[in-house]
Amino acid sequence: MKFSEQWLREWVNPAINSDELVAQITLAGLEVDGVESAAGEFSGVIVGEIVSAEQHPDADKLRVCQVSDGVAETQVVCGAPNARVGIKVAFATVGAILPGNFKIKKAKLRQQESFGMLCSAAELEISDENDGIMELVADAPVGADLREYLNLNDKIIDVDLTPNRGDCLSIAGLAREVGVLNSVDVTTPEYTELAPQVEDVFPVRVNAPEHCPRFLGRVLNNIDITQSSPLWLQEKLRRCDLRSIDPVVDVTNYILLEMGQPMHAYDLDKLSGSIVVRMASQGENLTLLDGQKVELNNETLVIADNEGVLGMAGIMGGADTGVGATTCNVFLEAAFFNPISIAGKARSYGLHTDASHRFERGVDYDLQRKAMDRATMLLQSIVGGEAGPIVEQTSAEHLPSHTKVTLRKARLEALLAYKIGDQQVLDILKRLGLTLASSDDDSWTFTSPSWRFDMAIEADLVEEVARVYGYNNLPSTHPVASMEIPAKSEVERPLSVLRRHMVSCGYQEAITYSMVEPGLLSKFDNQNKPVELVNPISADMAVMRTSLWPGLVKALQHNQNRQQSRVRLFETGQRFIPSDQGLQQQDVFAGLIYGSRHPESWHGKTEQIDYFDAKGDLESLLEISGQNFNFEAAEHVALHPGQSAAINLADEKIGYIGAMHPGLVKDLGLLGPVFMFEVDLASISMGILPAYETLSKFPEMRRDLAIVLDQKISVAMVTNYIESSAGEWLNDVRLFDVYQGQGIENGQKSLALGLTWQHPERTLTDDEVNQWVEQVVEHLSQHAGASLRG
Amino acid sequence: MEHLKQLVTEGLDAVAQAADEVALDQVRVQYLGKKGELTQQLKSLGKLSAEERPAAGAKINEAKQKVQDAITVKRTMMAANALSKQLAVESIDVTLAGRGQAIGGLHPVTMTIERIENFFAQIGFSVAQGPEIEDDYHNFEALNIPAHHPARAMHDTFYFGDGTLLRTHTSGVQVRTMEKQQPPIRIICPGRVYRCDSDQTHSPMFHQIEGLLVDDNISFADLKGILHNFLNVFFERDLQVRFRPSYFPFTEPSIEVDIGYQGEDGEQKWLEVLGCGMVHPKVFEHSGIDTEKYTGFAFGMGVERLAMLRYGVKDLRMFFENDLRFLAQFS
Repeated sequence: MKFSEQWLREWVNPAINSDELVAQITLAGLEVDGVESAAGEFSGVIVGEIVSAEQHPDADKLRVCQVSDGVAETQVVCGAPNARVGIKVAFATVGAILPGNFKIKKAKLRQQESFGMLCSAAELEISDENDGIMELVADAPVGADLREYLNLNDKIIDVDLTPNRGDCLSIAGLAREVGVLNSVDVTTPEYTELAPQVEDVFPVRVNAPEHCPRFLGRVLNNIDITQSSPLWLQEKLRRCDLRSIDPVVDVTNYILLEMGQPMHAYDLDKLSGSIVVRMASQGENLTLLDGQKVELNNETLVIADNEGVLGMAGIMGGADTGVGATTCNVFLEAAFFNPISIAGKARSYGLHTDASHRFERGVDYDLQRKAMDRATMLLQSIVGGEAGPIVEQTSAEHLPSHTKVTLRKARLEALLAYKIGDQQVLDILKRLGLTLASSDDDSWTFTSPSWRFDMAIEADLVEEVARVYGYNNLPSTHPVASMEIPAKSEVERPLSVLRRHMVSCGYQEAITYSMVEPGLLSKFDNQNKPVELVNPISADMAVMRTSLWPGLVKALQHNQNRQQSRVRLFETGQRFIPSDQGLQQQDVFAGLIYGSRHPESWHGKTEQIDYFDAKGDLESLLEISGQNFNFEAAEHVALHPGQSAAINLADEKIGYIGAMHPGLVKDLGLLGPVFMFEVDLASISMGILPAYETLSKFPEMRRDLAIVLDQKISVAMVTNYIESSAGEWLNDVRLFDVYQGQGIENGQKSLALGLTWQHPERTLTDDEVNQWVEQVVEHLSQHAGASLRG
Repeated sequence: MEHLKQLVTEGLDAVAQAADEVALDQVRVQYLGKKGELTQQLKSLGKLSAEERPAAGAKINEAKQKVQDAITVKRTMMAANALSKQLAVESIDVTLAGRGQAIGGLHPVTMTIERIENFFAQIGFSVAQGPEIEDDYHNFEALNIPAHHPARAMHDTFYFGDGTLLRTHTSGVQVRTMEKQQPPIRIICPGRVYRCDSDQTHSPMFHQIEGLLVDDNISFADLKGILHNFLNVFFERDLQVRFRPSYFPFTEPSIEVDIGYQGEDGEQKWLEVLGCGMVHPKVFEHSGIDTEKYTGFAFGMGVERLAMLRYGVKDLRMFFENDLRFLAQFS
């Protein structure tokens, strides 16, 4: 909310300057977003009157004016189209300094002398109005200093209020707050009750008292809407960011700003039968004041008459019954709507108004009558007319009640770790509007004011006392905690360790969005239907990822587009997999590599990576866990069918690794080959506790085997066959060569394996080992069709 | 014996003449080998009387030793020469880059989170995690933000249409922790959070790190102390810090913390870095914690914001582009 400092100071005027005021309210929780001057820096500008305006002899667009300062007349050449006889203008005399340190000097325009300048509002930085020169009201005192006349030595302070401080959305509320902070009294304008001048009333029926506990209406007849609002009123509105429209609207806006009570004025002659406050029927139509047409739903509170909806209660009035240039009789509304009934409603229609902003946060529920009288009197002083009596519909049971809140002295002291004097506490709370209902040695009980909706429990009062006392004036300590070592499993491998391992392997950590484009995601996962956002921020972030690959691939693309020839990325994070047991939010660890095996260097042309680079990196990561993971050939929609594997841990699939499918690489316009993996984080984060085994003192026996077999039989299978047939004391199988080509039949491959045996308690004999080798060879021949290479 | 002298002279000469190890070895064989010329001299001892033999033997051995020493010296010298030749040949440009994988790096968001986790781990906080797709209850309701609360407007929330949503803060983790654990509670909750907002200073996804301390007699003064301490440690400076009243439905009093700095115009400026407050009694009630027995505070901060301040990053969006040229600056 923007407000005028001068206006505030009419209410409360502590002995502090603007900067101090701004700092003070900011530190009281009313955060100041910005401060601007009501006008630019200028001097020497006075109220002038154009007494004659002649066409410039040599320039079509210029006029030669005689401008009076009340004493003498001065010639000024002016280019503004609205420079005409009789108007009062902002006259910068010779010697004046305009904003931007622009000095006004005697000048000659096309041979005609000019002693000064007539200014537009924009030139004086009063507003953006740049359509001709500023026209002052007819009774502006000629010769007066413009700054003083318009009260321009004012600051416009923009305060960003938190949702709990609806009570400060008015000059009255701000003044109360400033009064509390400075322990000074607030001057409230005197509110007097207005005696009705005519008997006219317009009936009001409230059908939804739970949403509208109080509704006040009043008829004002025979007004003269052609009058314009006085300068002071227009200026106050302007400095609070509201434009002057007509006196009726201006006065309702003024009351909104001054007291915080949103009001509405209807053209009485356009109302039919009676006012009805009710819920809208589903699908009812309304054209709002701003011309927007809305279709209402049945959760919206409306003000209607016998014919139909007039406006959205507490949000915006309708166009059809609004006050306009032909209005003679008005019906004024001042109501209290339940904050919960209004909250979120404006937003659901894409609206946000000064009224809804206040009603959502809570308007003082005891304010309506005062506001109605003050508005009527103010309006009458401008447009005349006769006021009828106030018609009030109040449902006491639905009005908020004045809450009683107890504050314990000991609790206050314990929470702040500081004792604030009783008198000071009482003064703070009293000035905030609380009344002391009762007290004893240990506590006080207060009644909360009708304008505060955030004073229901003890903590609310503690906050108020601390806030006004000043958070920065309260002590600061270090908490004391009981020392206890939390339980921690040794076998857990912290994510930080896994991450750092990948960093050592040359990977850069990436963080990609959890929301991805559904089309892209489906290329990487055609099994799971991703969960969709109802309100995505864009189509390419419409669903939750079920794999980290699409994000990493986009990052790859970003880098390939920037000429990166070598990319190694990893990411950890959640993927979101719908399942019969509900949504699984699963932490995974994923990686992607592309480009050369090593960075380009003088060591010679580096080779392109292949599957085994990615696998080697992943294996080393899995090694941290130490569990027995195995890889088996498995197909995946995003992977090359001949270069992809599932990773298993105890028969459970925990991830995939492989070359990105060349079709997909091409489809996405990427450079390949690209290798990727993704594994379940929980599975690789669990290690095993080391358990010592006695070292054998006896020698190892090694035998090397070269076998030839069908190339489709995997090494993992061969290793299994060997392990199952090599006897109890086999302790290592090592593959040291794989060969295909000359000398080996097509479709066959040759494997060279080193087998090592060792017994813990004795030396193995050649005979024993030879026997095991025979067993192995036979087993391999039987199960894998393998023969010894000749 | 003249002959012996002659042989030694010849031998020493031959040693001096030997051009390489092979030649030197030939000299050794020629003079000192089993059939070598000096060795042969020992055979002549047989012709001498028993009295003469020791002295003559000693002379021959002395002669042999002379040649042997010369050979040893020469050999050592040759080896040294050969080595220095080899060393000269093997000399490389040691400034050339080494072989192997270049090292990668952690994301600056991770670096920041890990630093903060470590600070708090040192004073007994443990890390707690929770789901990113959260239910309305844990993200709002349990945090004293009922359905129509205006504070919901401050959280532009992504919804899924089944009552779940993308968490707008990590505060839900605090609720989940308090639901299953009684005080003392000391947790730090880092993670991804989501808001339906995107421009230079807002990202639809970002990271928060929140902390919660619940125990007997935790006061507002404790909150102030620990956060000022944290900020000093994080920025490695003795900062000017101010505590400004604010509003969060889940804390009361609620505070925003600003750090002070000198603006370019020399004026004192303040920059908001985190939000915090004493846990609201309603939040405790929702989670089954006795509000009379325990008090506590919670704080939360945007990780990217802190990383931007710490490392001088200007545009929030850089964090999620994963441009290697950006990421590499943090390795």
